[in-house]
Amino acid sequence: MKTVIVDYDAGNIKSLQFSLERLGVHAQLTTDAELISKADKVIFPGQGEASSAMKKLKSTGLDLLIPKLKQPVLGICVGMQLLCDKTEEGDTKGLGIIPAHVRRFPNTVKVPQMGWNTVSHQGENLFKGIENECYMYLVHSYFVPIISTTTARSDYAGLYSVAVQKNNFYGVQFHPEKSSKDGLRLLENFLKI
Amino acid sequence: MLTKRIIPCLDIKDGRTVKGVNFVDLRDAGDPVELATRYTLEGADELVFLDISATEQKRKTLADLVLRVAAALDIPFTVGGGISSVEDAKILLQNGADKVSINSAAVRRPELINELADAFGSQCVVVAIDAKEIEGQWFVHLVGGKVPTPIDLMDWAREAEIRGAGEILFTSMDHDGTKNGFANATLLELTQTVNIPIIASGGAGNTKHFVDAFKRGKADAALAASVFHFCEISIPQLKETLKKENIAIRIIK
Repeated sequence: MKTVIVDYDAGNIKSLQFSLERLGVHAQLTTDAELISKADKVIFPGQGEASSAMKKLKSTGLDLLIPKLKQPVLGICVGMQLLCDKTEEGDTKGLGIIPAHVRRFPNTVKVPQMGWNTVSHQGENLFKGIENECYMYLVHSYFVPIISTTTARSDYAGLYSVAVQKNNFYGVQFHPEKSSKDGLRLLENFLKI
Repeated sequence: MLTKRIIPCLDIKDGRTVKGVNFVDLRDAGDPVELATRYTLEGADELVFLDISATEQKRKTLADLVLRVAAALDIPFTVGGGISSVEDAKILLQNGADKVSINSAAVRRPELINELADAFGSQCVVVAIDAKEIEGQWFVHLVGGKVPTPIDLMDWAREAEIRGAGEILFTSMDHDGTKNGFANATLLELTQTVNIPIIASGGAGNTKHFVDAFKRGKADAALAASVFHFCEISIPQLKETLKKENIAIRIIK
């Protein structure tokens, strides 16, 4: 099985690679359209600012490639946000896969949200074998509201999506590679899809 | 619900932990990776590595250490000490650090905060502030607290937030090392001054001090070094106590 990580200068990739290695998977970091198209699993990470991340994707044509992928794709953090229609961050148009508008947390809470929050889910798909109300590590200023394809939620200034799924596209707002055993289990579940 | 974070801090010199630790079951108390792994298993929510030997020639050692830590750890960690440019930060972040902490260099050249936030995002940028109370006003100090400045703590925290800091690590020099508790009144004022997370540092001596930092100081996270290194406070027990006090905290099963 071939797993690739989409390379667009998206921040801390090392930890993600180390997590996958713990699961016995060597994930190649690549911008190569053919390698990405042929991979069995694609991980689409993300960190930093959405509009500059989107620009980097466009500069390599990956913005056109990713929506066409048929194999399981996992967007992480800003990666998940970029799967959506658009985001308030830098007023950026996303990849249009997940029907959602990403919004900024209100100033009634501290922004960014930083730390471990409880995640409620139905124990399905990515969350198989993970207890409900598990803790995952999050750091973000923008969020995906609850939508029809929400599969897990957390509460920060109200309920919002921390996991979404549409067809072969999965997104998680938290960092599974930084979320200890439950995070590792989630990555393992993704690799087993 | 977002939980409060408990953050052990490891002082690093030439790639080894200093100040010593007395965990009986560590093979090598000076190995930061072994100690960090131990804290992770005990339920630490995050770790801070502060390089106190940070000179140019030691950078490589630190970058290697960061890589080894990233390979061993599955929780977030911050690295600080002597970071004064985007290049300095880049090598640490590329090797797997989640955040970098900047202190004196940011006071000397505040644009550094903007540069780091633009390059890597605010979530990577921790501005550490050492401050001391002089005649009722808190002043920022540099170089590990040795050099006083006329800069007011609240003014500097506000500026750091505006420039793109994602978090503030506030150390009260008046409380650091006393084991008499955190600077709760000042912490509270800080949390009312800025809208980014505040890590309390300096003064931890017992579990009640952590309860106070969260309840009275409204801190988002609390950092300590020696009480953890010398097993004066065990992280699992601390977290049980915090839970009993109805403080949202991550308990590992």
